[in-house]
Amino acid sequence: MDGATPSWRLDSVRVFKDAGLTALIAFGLLLPLVGFQTVTDVRNVLILQTRFPLLLALTAAVGIGRLAYSLSISPWLERRATRPVAAAPPTRFDWWAIAGRWFIPFAIGFVVVYPMIILAMNGRSGAVTWIDNFGIQILIYVMLGWGLNIVVGLAGLLDLGYVAFYAVGAYSYALLAKTFGFSFWILLPLAGCLSSFWGLLLGFPVLRLRGDYLAIVTLAFGEIIRMVLINWVALTNGYAGISGIPRPTFFGVPFNADDDGFAATFGLEFFPIYRTVFLYYLILALALLTAFVTVRLRRLPVGRAWEALREDEIACRSLGINTTNTKLTAFAIGAMFAGFAGSFFAARQGFISPESFTFLESATILAIVVLGGMGSQIGVAIAAIAMIGGTEILRKLDFLKDIFGPDFDPTQYRMLLFGLGMVVMMIWRPRGLITRRTPSVFLKERKSIAPDLVKEGLVKEGSG
Amino acid sequence: MAAGGDTLLRVEHLTMRFGGLIAIDDLSFEAHKGEITALIGPNGAGKTTVFNCITGFYKPHTGRIGLCHSEPALWSELDALTGSGRRSIKKPGGALFQLERMPDFLVADEARVARTFQNIRLFPGMTALENLLVAQHNRLMLASGYTLLGIFGIPSYRAAERAAIDKARDWLDRIGLLARADDPAGDLPYGDQRRLEIARAMCTDPVLLCLDEPAAGLNPRESADLNKLLLSIRSECAISILLIEHDMSVVMEISDRVVVLDYGVKIADGTPAQIRSDTKVIAAYLGVADQDVAKVEAEVGL
Repeated sequence: MDGATPSWRLDSVRVFKDAGLTALIAFGLLLPLVGFQTVTDVRNVLILQTRFPLLLALTAAVGIGRLAYSLSISPWLERRATRPVAAAPPTRFDWWAIAGRWFIPFAIGFVVVYPMIILAMNGRSGAVTWIDNFGIQILIYVMLGWGLNIVVGLAGLLDLGYVAFYAVGAYSYALLAKTFGFSFWILLPLAGCLSSFWGLLLGFPVLRLRGDYLAIVTLAFGEIIRMVLINWVALTNGYAGISGIPRPTFFGVPFNADDDGFAATFGLEFFPIYRTVFLYYLILALALLTAFVTVRLRRLPVGRAWEALREDEIACRSLGINTTNTKLTAFAIGAMFAGFAGSFFAARQGFISPESFTFLESATILAIVVLGGMGSQIGVAIAAIAMIGGTEILRKLDFLKDIFGPDFDPTQYRMLLFGLGMVVMMIWRPRGLITRRTPSVFLKERKSIAPDLVKEGLVKEGSG
Repeated sequence: MAAGGDTLLRVEHLTMRFGGLIAIDDLSFEAHKGEITALIGPNGAGKTTVFNCITGFYKPHTGRIGLCHSEPALWSELDALTGSGRRSIKKPGGALFQLERMPDFLVADEARVARTFQNIRLFPGMTALENLLVAQHNRLMLASGYTLLGIFGIPSYRAAERAAIDKARDWLDRIGLLARADDPAGDLPYGDQRRLEIARAMCTDPVLLCLDEPAAGLNPRESADLNKLLLSIRSECAISILLIEHDMSVVMEISDRVVVLDYGVKIADGTPAQIRSDTKVIAAYLGVADQDVAKVEAEVGL
């Protein structure tokens, strides 16, 4: 024990030094970011204000947080790392198996009854925001995540311009519906076809690229599409966007207060909520279609070829697989689902502009796929709920204004929280929430495959 | 089975350069139906380059590589095929291919030349069974109506998939990996991965199987098992094997014919017994006494 005391003291010195250094770095970073603030005063003159108490509070919080981490969490982590692997897995595995079996039916059941629950809780006028902002908004991103999952998760082709196909779908619907007056149900497949055509068009020049290089070219493609939408004013109306896009009808019955509207036809009192609920079930059906097709495709030769392509392209070619076609189908099918989602988006909003299709959208969708675990549909859905639902929840946190003052806007901290979430994920689950791969076929028993064996498209291959 | 089987593969005047380095220099040899042909030579002799040319991964600078399916009479049309600029002649009885004109995946798919790699290239994150199903991709693709019909789960696709699984199961049984069918390929021991890669190549129904150092890294018992496997493949599946190997216990025991390369040049071609006593081969592998260097160099042509 004699030797232990000084070493502990030495350790505590180190810990305090570490915390002090962290606080210093935080101070340095936050001084320009938080310490100074520009405000326009009554005479419309820009003046510099200082916020030193807040700066000091934040710096202290960082320092104390670091101290707490070094004193409590990191020893616990070390103990956890050195602890021998217990014989617990069998029971834990059973629990996971049961949870896994019931999770999907339960989740689908929940999303189907979700509007009813909300209606029962909030009434017909209060439910719109909950169904629209949480239900529809999240489901659009779930669908986009599942679509991108085909390209990135299964085929291993890193696509940073996925939002371009979403934009093509949205503008296809908007322009064709406004110009020719086609109905939503005709334009939905048409928008999907046009998007997958653009997917093929992007696919051709990038066939030889992989990893980082592919990412750069797809990023550029996304920007090209956005630039065209901005600058081709004659067709797209530029920045001003397209408004007055026809809304989808209930198989020909419009959702309005007219005599031939939905409410009147079915003998109901008019409420805007009917349209919202209809749109909710529409996007739910589209998202489930995406999931169903993806599950089917994984068990078809083309899906296995995508995964084989992600694992080893040269081996694929040695087995007679046409890798060109295989990559193009991945691009085209992924783009098709983005096109469906895009035309739904245009129909739901009634107004679209290039602002909705910025790189940030691509990044959000890719973040959903990566956080969820590439290739895992459940993981992607959970990540979409966390990221998009999280943003929406920030809008609802009005009580924070009572604490931080009326100027406080929690949504301003969205990116900060995303960043924090990303850092935490990279430490705890660097390969996403659900990382184990489920084999597409089995002889005796379906064993899930450990993530370290499965290749990721994001990693540039060192050999070959 | 002595020499004299029909010619399956004919490599003529093959030359491949990488910048200033001539990896293969005017190489010609033949492989016969139902035979095991070994390609040996010291490190850097250009063996793997020959494989890459045959399987379409490299395009040779000069020379042609002919491959004939089941109708030896078609060989007489090889010059006509070369002149026509086409890739292949297909007749009801057989087909003739010019492999150097075909992209790699068509060499595997149409000309039915399968290969394995020196550094194993399995799909590590997929199970052993999935690896063997990916090898049957083109047949299953056709059965699934190029995916369109397969999405709706038509019965004919399900039957085709069952047949593919049965075939994979047979091969897993043959290489002794049936118990590990549902384990990821990356988890298998090294020797098992080698055998699985051979089984995967066999699942493409090849007429010619090209094995790049299948015995590398195997212990003597595993090498002996590999010999048995290769001999059984040759006799039961009636296919030809082209083999690159450094392990002489494998080469001398199972090959019907050995081609020796040194610095991209063929220095010997014959039965294992002939090769064993060939002075040029011995010189290439073991070197020669100082006073003989000039004589041997003149003989080898350096």
